[in-house]
Amino acid sequence: MDMAVDLRTKMGHVELPNPIMTASGCAGAGREMAQFMDVSKIGAIVTKSVMLGPRSGRPTPRMAETPSGMLNSIGLQGPGIDAFLQRDLPWLLSRGARAVVSIAGGTVAEYADLAGRLSDAAGVTAIEVNISCPNVEHRGQVFACDPDASAAVIEAVRARARYDIPVFAKLSPDVTDIVAIAKACVSAGADGLSMINTLLGMMIDTDTMQPRLAGLTGGLSGPAIRPVAVRCIWQVHEALPAVPIIGMGGVRTGRDALELILAGASMVSVGTTIFHDPSACTRILHELEEELTARGVDRLADVVGLAHEARAVAGRAASAGARVLRRS
Amino acid sequence: MTPSEVDAQVGPVQVRGTVLTVRRVDAYHAMTLVAPAIAARFRPGQFVTLAVGGPDSSMLLSRAFSIHDVRPHHGGTVEFVFAVHGRGTQWLAERRARDVLDVTGPLGRPFPLPRDPVNCLLIGGGYGSAPLFALAAKLRERRCEVDFLLGAGSGDRVFGALTARRTGRSATITTEDGSLGARGVVTDMLDQAIHDGRTDVIYACGPMPMLRQITVLARRYDIPVQAAVEEAMACGFGVCMTCVLPVIGSDGITRMVRSCIDGPVFRGESVRWDDIGTIPFDAFGAPGWEPRSRRAAQAQITSDQDGNGAGSAGAEVAKGRGGRHGHGG
Repeated sequence: MDMAVDLRTKMGHVELPNPIMTASGCAGAGREMAQFMDVSKIGAIVTKSVMLGPRSGRPTPRMAETPSGMLNSIGLQGPGIDAFLQRDLPWLLSRGARAVVSIAGGTVAEYADLAGRLSDAAGVTAIEVNISCPNVEHRGQVFACDPDASAAVIEAVRARARYDIPVFAKLSPDVTDIVAIAKACVSAGADGLSMINTLLGMMIDTDTMQPRLAGLTGGLSGPAIRPVAVRCIWQVHEALPAVPIIGMGGVRTGRDALELILAGASMVSVGTTIFHDPSACTRILHELEEELTARGVDRLADVVGLAHEARAVAGRAASAGARVLRRS
Repeated sequence: MTPSEVDAQVGPVQVRGTVLTVRRVDAYHAMTLVAPAIAARFRPGQFVTLAVGGPDSSMLLSRAFSIHDVRPHHGGTVEFVFAVHGRGTQWLAERRARDVLDVTGPLGRPFPLPRDPVNCLLIGGGYGSAPLFALAAKLRERRCEVDFLLGAGSGDRVFGALTARRTGRSATITTEDGSLGARGVVTDMLDQAIHDGRTDVIYACGPMPMLRQITVLARRYDIPVQAAVEEAMACGFGVCMTCVLPVIGSDGITRMVRSCIDGPVFRGESVRWDDIGTIPFDAFGAPGWEPRSRRAAQAQITSDQDGNGAGSAGAEVAKGRGGRHGHGG
């Protein structure tokens, strides 16, 4: 079954050979991953969020294990855009990897500057905008929690990014109405959407009677949040069926990836699973291909958002649970 | 450099390791896995990570253990020692021969070895002593003298006391309850061990407070310390950024470095032991951090204005900061 399934997918106008990517913050800038997998074989490497300047992050402890998940409070530690452009991006390109660069900032202007810097460099496949950052100009309110603030960032990034670099907005699930944020981002020029970022969580050590993380709160990731990801992708795809979505949230197997694809994702990022399985991305890619083959699917594009369609025809196929799709 | 040493420098591998044995060693467990590719690459001080709980595990983080020993049997085996601390290590302790585990290694920087035959003092706290015996073997190959100084709360928690006595030129044991060796902690015996062994270099592995204390004491004698730290980590290969600690680089700049790939072995004096768990105000990228040239210029301006020469940064650290709603990487 050598590439029996056509796994090609589109990030805006950019075609990728397959839909599996790393999730931002779970694979560095790809270099460490290359010890365990061929970084050019998956759809793209999505980098850890890059900021303008160097950043030391938050104090330790920075993580805690939770049931089927983990909390992290890294605080975007990284060396900044200069080091990224000098060292990390050229390395990714030299390995034949497609680089989706995640950017983060504290002001709209910082995001725009980052988009400009990345556009001046050759070889960036796409920009993923991490808008789950506090807006320092607005009492630290997180951009992603407000449609206008989200739109302001995306509009500024879209204006500064080179026209042929797709811009994806990464949405937070910690909002009342994710569709409203999604629509605001698309209206502001986003070529696609990534969802979901982590959910804000907290853990208290009952022995020390103190919070487990030095930063008090942290982002919850892992299979525990997968149903939230499926719900968010479903709702947004239902409202904006033409907008490409990178789905992420607790994907551990090819079957999990397929679930997000059926909800409406055209690409799937693998995150926390990498921590205990460094080669997870290539494994999940193979598993996804097997899952599709087993269902008689020969084109990935045919099943993107299929669960919506299946719902429409549920009346006809009464026992939809065991439905096997056959298309020519 | 021999061909085998060149081979040993290639990176870690992720393999399926078959359990050969799991046995109790006093208060600890020792597991031996058949993992030839890891055994072939191993150098003392390196560690492995294991996925725990099976494919549907609710435990997502790797468990990291320093490698105690590698042997040529079955093509190459890897042994590590662990204590049952929680559900993950409990699961490991329940594995049986022929079970297959997902294991990655060898990870991290090994202990650097001296070029000349010198007197080495190897200090271990609890089962932190596990990686010291393979190191001792390598040191003896280089005709170094090896003295051991091992300690723990009680006798059953001093890992490898017998091996240390059998293979070391000397072995000093301390226990807090006095059940084995001298009553006290290893640092109580450090001065004497250094004097008796005419120590040239110290290798240490154990809890952070012990490593800090050893570094402070060794500085008096101007003896270099190579310390293997135990820091909580999620991945072990450099992507999760959870295992950072403040370390002073050769350029004098403090950075929050990953103990998994920049360590776990550090020069004792380069670690800012008292600042672990904080972001020192002068760390690279700390809030308000600026390149040194700019900071120097700023300090000049400040001293001109204030006339007291004191910088405004103070000793504030960032501990407990960042409770703000936002998502880390």
